[in-house]
Amino acid sequence: MRTIRAIYQLFFLGLFLLLLYWASYDRLAGYPVRLFLDTDPLVAVGTVLSTGTLYRALWYAIPLLVLTIFLGRFYCGWICPLGALQDFAALLRRSRLKKNIHDNDYRPIYRLKYLILTTFLVMAAFGMLQIGLLDPLVLLTRAMTTSVLPSIDRGESWLFLTSREFDLGWIAGLLLISVLIAAVYRPRLWCKLLCPLGALLGVFSRWSIFHVRRSLDNCDDCRICAANCPAGAEPDKNLRKSECMLLLNCLETCPSGSISFGVMNDQAPLPVAGPNLTRRRIAGAALAGLAVPLVFRSRPSIVDTPRPQLIRPPGSLAEPDFLARCIKCEECMQICPTNVLQPSMTEAGIEGFWTPVLKNTIGYCEVNCVLCGEVCPTGAIDKITLDQKQGRGEFKGKPIVLGTAFFDRGRCLPWAMNRPCVVCQEVCPTSPKAIITDEVVVYEGDKRIELKRPRIEPDLCIGCGICEHECPVVDRRAVYVTSVGETRSEKNRMILDTPVSTGGKS
Amino acid sequence: MQRRQFLIQTAKASAMALGVTGAGIWLAGRKATESDRVFAIPDYSIPQDRLTRNFVVVRGTNPAAMVTAGMTELGGIGKFISPGDRVLVKPNVGFDRPSFMGATTSPEVTGAVVRAVLAAGAARVVVSDNPINSPAASFGRSGIGTAVAQAGGEVRYLSENDFRETHIGGVALGQFTTAAALLGGVDKVIGLPTLKDHNLSGMSFAMKNWYGLLGLGRNRFHQDIQNVIADLAFMIKPTLVIGDATRILTKNGPTGGSPSDVKPGGTLIFSTDAVAVDAFGREMLKRSADICRYIQLAADRGIGTSDYNSLGYMEVHV
Repeated sequence: MRTIRAIYQLFFLGLFLLLLYWASYDRLAGYPVRLFLDTDPLVAVGTVLSTGTLYRALWYAIPLLVLTIFLGRFYCGWICPLGALQDFAALLRRSRLKKNIHDNDYRPIYRLKYLILTTFLVMAAFGMLQIGLLDPLVLLTRAMTTSVLPSIDRGESWLFLTSREFDLGWIAGLLLISVLIAAVYRPRLWCKLLCPLGALLGVFSRWSIFHVRRSLDNCDDCRICAANCPAGAEPDKNLRKSECMLLLNCLETCPSGSISFGVMNDQAPLPVAGPNLTRRRIAGAALAGLAVPLVFRSRPSIVDTPRPQLIRPPGSLAEPDFLARCIKCEECMQICPTNVLQPSMTEAGIEGFWTPVLKNTIGYCEVNCVLCGEVCPTGAIDKITLDQKQGRGEFKGKPIVLGTAFFDRGRCLPWAMNRPCVVCQEVCPTSPKAIITDEVVVYEGDKRIELKRPRIEPDLCIGCGICEHECPVVDRRAVYVTSVGETRSEKNRMILDTPVSTGGKS
Repeated sequence: MQRRQFLIQTAKASAMALGVTGAGIWLAGRKATESDRVFAIPDYSIPQDRLTRNFVVVRGTNPAAMVTAGMTELGGIGKFISPGDRVLVKPNVGFDRPSFMGATTSPEVTGAVVRAVLAAGAARVVVSDNPINSPAASFGRSGIGTAVAQAGGEVRYLSENDFRETHIGGVALGQFTTAAALLGGVDKVIGLPTLKDHNLSGMSFAMKNWYGLLGLGRNRFHQDIQNVIADLAFMIKPTLVIGDATRILTKNGPTGGSPSDVKPGGTLIFSTDAVAVDAFGREMLKRSADICRYIQLAADRGIGTSDYNSLGYMEVHV
């Protein structure tokens, strides 16, 4: 049984990694790269609470929830790739009966995950979606995308043509490593103590009809089943249904064959149905979930006080709607062909930590690409078409604008130092170009110099940032994009749009 | 202590001491820099006296027939390609643009050249460029990736490991990173530039096309673009240049972005001399010699000639 389960776990871990590998511009072929996130019930429930809608393929999570209602937390034991990694990490343990019983015993603190879930879901209901910080699939996608894969690939080009780099990748990577180290000392500690998805599935499995049963006829209370239960579900006592991950180690290791899997029968002790919680505790966690969004209301609103470096991917919703949907899975960063999408640190405030922003010193937004919206599982980045992004066809004259470029005339070579350059104009992808050059003649003493000096045409600039990316003044660029003029905000504007305006703004 | 034990222990200690001392000496003698790893680009040119003439202009509409005609008038493709050659074909795939925008070499012409080279007995034909945009996107959208695959060639995307410091020895470029792994692995190089407007140098064509073989930091070149382009022609001594002017990007170059910027050209230009090809292209694009100064700069340095008539100019229609 354990071998069969290990094969399932290896299969799903392999599928998870393969889908992530396929989620790359160079390997596109219509693979369902969002599959694990689309089927994640916590993402579905969280975004339903924060937005009132079930976006795109998130209904895939419903069958999984229905199965959980009948079977219990099979997902944790058989499918979850983070669970699989922890099981493999636990192979480093020195296994001894007494030690295993001690390490695997149930502890009351394991109710913490239900309190975390309650707090996060109440926060979500008030528009603050933070489930992605601890959702295992999101956590693993993020760690793989921004830390593990770029680190493995660095300097080798096995996975990507050009090395990928992420400012905050190491935090996601260290979090993953911590989870795995913890699993060596206390198997599946993450799942038992913190995992909000496990908690959600635990709540749903209280109704499960099928579960592990211990027949009292032959049982000699050796507690070998407890030693082999990393879930801490107490198969040796009254089974905690909401903790049981259906690992079924107890079935296989029971020396007297007393344990079986099936519907409730009279021979077995009555299982404990729900989580180990009191109403008081739930109310406390819910109040915390209410307090956090309220406390944040005292800050300046990003809508009314736009932030210059908060440049969102094309198709992103207005900031409050964006934050109500983004789970910080970083799938958009995985697929972005230029590496421009980076986890934000402070740009979007603390609640927007790890959400995607454009850093044009690292990449730029490719005008012919809409992949970030394609892979976004929750619609924080809307699914847009190339016509929509470029302002063609029915969207004629209204391209999606991410921001506006500005020249720093004190650093721009033709402006500050009378040196020819205008790389920015060369790479500008709009037609006509949003960077215009004026021909001027300047004199340095008697030396006559003919120059082209660049300037921005704000009605044409789409804020793609390729000018900033290609600018040869590499430390602090002489041309840079800020968010003003972005399509998704009605307040972050500077140019007066007149009815006869020929420009690109809507 | 037993004698035997003492001897074994002494031997172990001595070996350890020798190891540590040896490692120290070896490490202390290592050079911090690796200047000895600078790459030198091979000379891919063929002796010109083998050719019937060295400047052929072909007008027409069928790329395959135009390529065949051009090669025949130069003296036959066998003069350029020997059986078993590994050949690099370097089109301009600088941007993620569809072919009709004119920012990239025509995929039909590229496919025809790859077929002709393979038919002449080449062992393999590699088509590569280092685009501004993503390589997969640029080769995909320009149609060149598909055209090359159908013709039996192979597209090679460059990764950062392909680039190495290279001796160039030009006026503006002394040493720079080039696609050394690519250039070091081929016997022949065919330039396949497309004729287009360029915002700063006036025109991008045969000489400017070699820009795609350079690595990181090339965005500094614009500060001395005329000398840099002349240096590019000095840097690579190609087997052949086939200038693609089947359609011409006349403005908003080098990226273009609107089909209205593109005019039909119906022309391919064949020569081993990139300077001469550029001189002819400059006239087609109607740019003054004052703007495209690099042609004269290169001619003055003896890299090539701007007088294409002196190379046995011939024009054919197919």
